[in-house]
Amino acid sequence: MTPAPLSWYLVLSALLFGIGAMGVLMRRNLIVIFMAIELMLNAVNLTFVTFARSLLTMDGHVIVFFVMAVAAAEAAVGLAIILQLYRLRATVNADEVTTLRW
Amino acid sequence: MGIEIAIAAGKVVFLLLLVVLQVVGMGVFFERKVSAVIQDRIGANRASILGFAGLGIINTLVADPVKFLLKEDVVPKGVDHWLHFWAPIMSLLPAMVAFAVIPFGDVVEIGGRTIDLQVAHLDVGVLFILAMAGLGVYGVVLAGWASNNRWSLLGGIRGSAQMISYEIAMGLALVAVVLTYGTLDLQEMVRQQGHLIGGWLPGWGIFYQPIGFIVLLVAGIAESKRIPFDLPESESELVSGYFTEYSGAKHLMFMMADFVEVVLVAALVTTFFFGGWQFPGLDRTGFTVPGGAHVALPSIVVALLQVTAFMVKLIALTLFQIIVRWTLPRFRYDQLMQLGWKGLLPLALANVMLTAGLVLWLGSAPQ
Amino acid sequence: MSMVLFLVLAALTIGSALVVVLHRSPVYSALGLVATLALVAMLFLGLDALVVGFLQVIVYAGAIVVLFLFVIMLLNLQVEQEAFSAPLLVVSAMGAGVGLAAIVSVALARSSVVAPPLQAGFGDMEPLAERLFTGYLLPFELTSVLLLVAIVGAVVIGKKKLS
Repeated sequence: MTPAPLSWYLVLSALLFGIGAMGVLMRRNLIVIFMAIELMLNAVNLTFVTFARSLLTMDGHVIVFFVMAVAAAEAAVGLAIILQLYRLRATVNADEVTTLRW
Repeated sequence: MGIEIAIAAGKVVFLLLLVVLQVVGMGVFFERKVSAVIQDRIGANRASILGFAGLGIINTLVADPVKFLLKEDVVPKGVDHWLHFWAPIMSLLPAMVAFAVIPFGDVVEIGGRTIDLQVAHLDVGVLFILAMAGLGVYGVVLAGWASNNRWSLLGGIRGSAQMISYEIAMGLALVAVVLTYGTLDLQEMVRQQGHLIGGWLPGWGIFYQPIGFIVLLVAGIAESKRIPFDLPESESELVSGYFTEYSGAKHLMFMMADFVEVVLVAALVTTFFFGGWQFPGLDRTGFTVPGGAHVALPSIVVALLQVTAFMVKLIALTLFQIIVRWTLPRFRYDQLMQLGWKGLLPLALANVMLTAGLVLWLGSAPQ
Repeated sequence: MSMVLFLVLAALTIGSALVVVLHRSPVYSALGLVATLALVAMLFLGLDALVVGFLQVIVYAGAIVVLFLFVIMLLNLQVEQEAFSAPLLVVSAMGAGVGLAAIVSVALARSSVVAPPLQAGFGDMEPLAERLFTGYLLPFELTSVLLLVAIVGAVVIGKKKLS
């Protein structure tokens, strides 16, 4: 099927990336910061797929595949770290874990 | 363009209203009657219209739904209203949508037009099934969380942990199936099961993938949280587990989701392992009697026979799951997790490697 | 995919992304993330990327966000009192986000990215597998090692006893 004009997809992914970046800076909850990072990764995925469609090459899809695998690995380890942090400091607020020692 | 939409809509209506919901209704009825037979009693047969009780059909298929729909929708205090509202929908929707890739017949030719009897002909049908299985987790976990009830939360977390554990075994069983047929397209897989092995045995998937069949069946029953895997709902322990706080129409949606998943597992097992709509000897032009004679049949009759064959297998597997439910005791939670991770997962992995080795050795996908 | 369908999907995507970033309850942020991921998967399907679109639903929406939800429920995170950083940071973050989007949009409006007519089999499993196992074999093997490391790492870091 013929997609909508491809530059619109790129604008959408730029907007998503901007919203994700905004989220990382604006929010204090570590888990929500993490979710905003996932948003940014998705924006990048959308860009890759758009260009893959434009250049008619599957390399873009392969890169998206790897981005997904890496995001899964990163989410697992990151959430384990947050869990352990919560056990130690009883908080997931980024502003309260600014010092390395008490 | 309009005729295409009309054909697609017709397929959806036929598949969902006339096939799936009928089998779900029959499943509900059989559940009560088969359980009655197994437990040596008569079952529900009191509700009647003008004296006609229809062996309990009126009770199960008319009185029960009407009762559920007319009951007051009790929402407990402190509940998150938005999530409480959406959880039953998120539980039912993926289960019903997954039927879009199940083929219920070959092609039928009406008025010069060849219509493929599958709602959505996707080249990656297996991925679609896995995606819908993955989305079904949200209904469970949100229902538990949104209920403001400790035991519902416990049931919800247990349920979702169980579902994601058995999704892995199901995915690996599907990998072995894909290796066997060499395609991800479900209609292609069913078409490849049309040959006869040694001239008499139907070339169904179960003869090529017996271990995959067992893994998929067990993982499917665990995914739909039926007994023996129903600890998230355990009627005798957690009241109703994750959907305790739901009444009326929302409760009906959860129970419907349960039966739709039963039919979905039956449809998947039929498609992958029992030849889907294949009837031994039947092909697009007509029927080949096992003496060699060929009877030519019109396309509509062939399609009807294929849909009938599919439904017979579907009902048989649904009955099997119902009998399993009323026969086996429930797994304890740690036994359940051990079976999933230490039993089914290594078995499915070994099956994948065995299948891959066989495919390499025999030179191509067994045809 | 017609323009109308794309605009509807795009509007919904931006809306759910804003829910992720702006809502005070972490559970709703997670659900906004699920909605965003599902909508982006639909956009992938519109771009004829069938395999990647469904993989997005299976991996991202079906596994990663479930993991997020589990952690949120395990830690019993409620609606937050102090959800946002200091006002200065919020304002400058919004400015930066809008500025980034504006710059990229202007740059793109001057370029021309066209979609050539589709070849048969684009976005299917076979071409993807062919690329993956020939040109990208080394990253593929390294990714499997990475996933193993992530599994072991997550289990070790998440253990209850610290040593």
